[in-house]
Amino acid sequence: MNTEHFVQIENLTFKRDDRVIYDDISLTIPKGKVVAVMGPSGIGKTTLLRLIGGQLKPDAGRILFDGDDIAQISRKKLYEVRKKMSMLFQSGALFTEMSVHDNVAFPIREHTKLSEPLISAMVAMKLNAVGLRGAANLMPNELSGGMARRAALARAIALDPQLIMYDEPFVGQDPISMGVLIKLIRQLNDALGLTSIVVSHDLAEVMSIADYVYIMANKKVIGHGTPEQLANDSSPLVHQFMTGEADGPVPFHFQAKPFAEQLKEVLS
Amino acid sequence: MISQIGRSALQSINTSGRATLMLFFALFAWPKFIKNTPLVIKQIYVVGVQSLAIIVVSGLFIGMVLALQGYTILIDYGAENSLGPMVALALLRELGPVVTALLFAGRAGSALTAEIGLMKATEQLTSMEMMAVDPLKRVIAPRFWAGFYSMPILAFMFSAVGIYGGHLVGVEWLGVDAGNFWAVMQASVDLHDDVMNGFIKSVVFAFVVTWIAIFRGYDCVPTSEGISKATTQTVVHSSLAVLGLDFILTVFMFGE
Amino acid sequence: MTSRKVEFWVGLFIVAGVFAFLALAFKVADAGAVGPSETYKLHAKFDNIGGLKVRSPVKVGGVVVGRVANIELDRTDYVPVVTMDMYAQYNDFAETSSLSILTAGLLGEQYLGLEPGFVETCDEGEEDCFETEILTDGGFIEDTKSALVLEELIGQFLFSQSDDS
Repeated sequence: MNTEHFVQIENLTFKRDDRVIYDDISLTIPKGKVVAVMGPSGIGKTTLLRLIGGQLKPDAGRILFDGDDIAQISRKKLYEVRKKMSMLFQSGALFTEMSVHDNVAFPIREHTKLSEPLISAMVAMKLNAVGLRGAANLMPNELSGGMARRAALARAIALDPQLIMYDEPFVGQDPISMGVLIKLIRQLNDALGLTSIVVSHDLAEVMSIADYVYIMANKKVIGHGTPEQLANDSSPLVHQFMTGEADGPVPFHFQAKPFAEQLKEVLS
Repeated sequence: MISQIGRSALQSINTSGRATLMLFFALFAWPKFIKNTPLVIKQIYVVGVQSLAIIVVSGLFIGMVLALQGYTILIDYGAENSLGPMVALALLRELGPVVTALLFAGRAGSALTAEIGLMKATEQLTSMEMMAVDPLKRVIAPRFWAGFYSMPILAFMFSAVGIYGGHLVGVEWLGVDAGNFWAVMQASVDLHDDVMNGFIKSVVFAFVVTWIAIFRGYDCVPTSEGISKATTQTVVHSSLAVLGLDFILTVFMFGE
Repeated sequence: MTSRKVEFWVGLFIVAGVFAFLALAFKVADAGAVGPSETYKLHAKFDNIGGLKVRSPVKVGGVVVGRVANIELDRTDYVPVVTMDMYAQYNDFAETSSLSILTAGLLGEQYLGLEPGFVETCDEGEEDCFETEILTDGGFIEDTKSALVLEELIGQFLFSQSDDS
């Protein structure tokens, strides 16, 4: 087992129907770090997390999680491995028919045989870590978007996983919630000795917490390094992304035939 | 044209394959069965107990209408004493299982589809999977069993209440002799041929309707449009399946 | 907790379901009167069984004493053989009893009417006396009358009319 490389993706190719999402990419996620995967919307960053979680199978290449090839192991083993990871969904994905307390208790109840008082204590601890101990008895539909995401985060860390994957944690958050989330991600990572993968396109926030950043576009990894290294990167692609220019190597227009040609067709 | 037929045939084979796989994985959850019992009970409450009102009320009215219609026809032949068996046989053999299944599809089946579809759309199923909890076992299986257990019970209640409704109209209102009503009914209704065959029908319908409902939810396109389409499909497909299967079962049971 | 309430209702639901089933079984299908489960078998040959069916009742003076268990064709002389399940408490029919296929009303179901035969007992030492035996399991009733077939009746009627003229 290589402790240095907690998650290792080697020569991954993934197609959805005939559309290539990833073309032969390789990533390494070192243990104990916050690694960000950035890129324009719609390039399937969430897909990457699902591949790591074993919900999708790659067409080629290997995904090693803590030494296990996710795509090759049995269904039973996959469920074992998943206990070591958890994922924070964009929507939070709290179970709507349960209270916040029961939501956080859910994975504990499913995977352990602890007594109810002990579970309540654990839940209170996890909720305290995200600052929602007072909201334990609320139902998910009574929470604001930011609170829902924090509650989901409490649920994600309920069983002390070794890896947390954040799927677009900053989307649609007000600046205060955003600040809280940034603080939580960093804090949890350092305090619990976790490894974190953050998938996002919010440049400033990611740059402030990530130890290492991968930038993806056009089905490839176009650049990687620490935030400082990337800021000084000379490649035009990275440059476009870091400065947020509308047009460049990643084109403004979705793939189409030349505009003049289409106009001619329409008008003739 | 030909290739279109081929494509839709392939698609339906594909769909039924996925449905079978889903059911297979959901039902082979025996090790967790004890742990899941409270979940099944909770779902029986949602699926069965909450459907009780519509079943009882519909049963009562259908029994009453049957008695009224039957009486006006039978009286012409002086055969109003056959009202009892007519109501009882119609309910036990056909209307009990079939109407219960149709109402169940509309009341509980569509709710199951919508609930599971919404759980899928809000990533609850995926997040469960990422928590190493198999949603097929945690979400799908209890709902399947709940529907499977509830519907035959509901069908019995439907028939029992319907016969009581027939008694109300036939005996209390129209004045058919009470002794004749029950005695002739008892003479012509058979426990095995009528009650048990009706039970077998409702078990088959329960299996099919619940299966279609949970599969449509589990397999839906996770958007609001997809869920509404899946809900409609649940009601349409399960109604058609129930009516079609009813014919086949009737041929085997009563067609000699 | 709410689960108490849920459990209560589900319990009530299942009890009500069982109750509905019992009501259907006993009040409607009258399972209790299907008769004693103990039966013995009798056989009888008919020329024509008409519309007789399995489970048709066997009646003596209107009282159900058994049901038709099976109907098949005898492969040696090609006549139908009817097997009846007779209730064990009516176990004293003489072998001279006769069976006929009757119809309940003009359009009703067909059933078997059993006419009990006389039981003749012989005093000891009496000559030329044949004691009638009581039918037991597997016994045959020899004296049978076939079903009335309406077409044949009409045919006979017309035939006798033309004879008269």
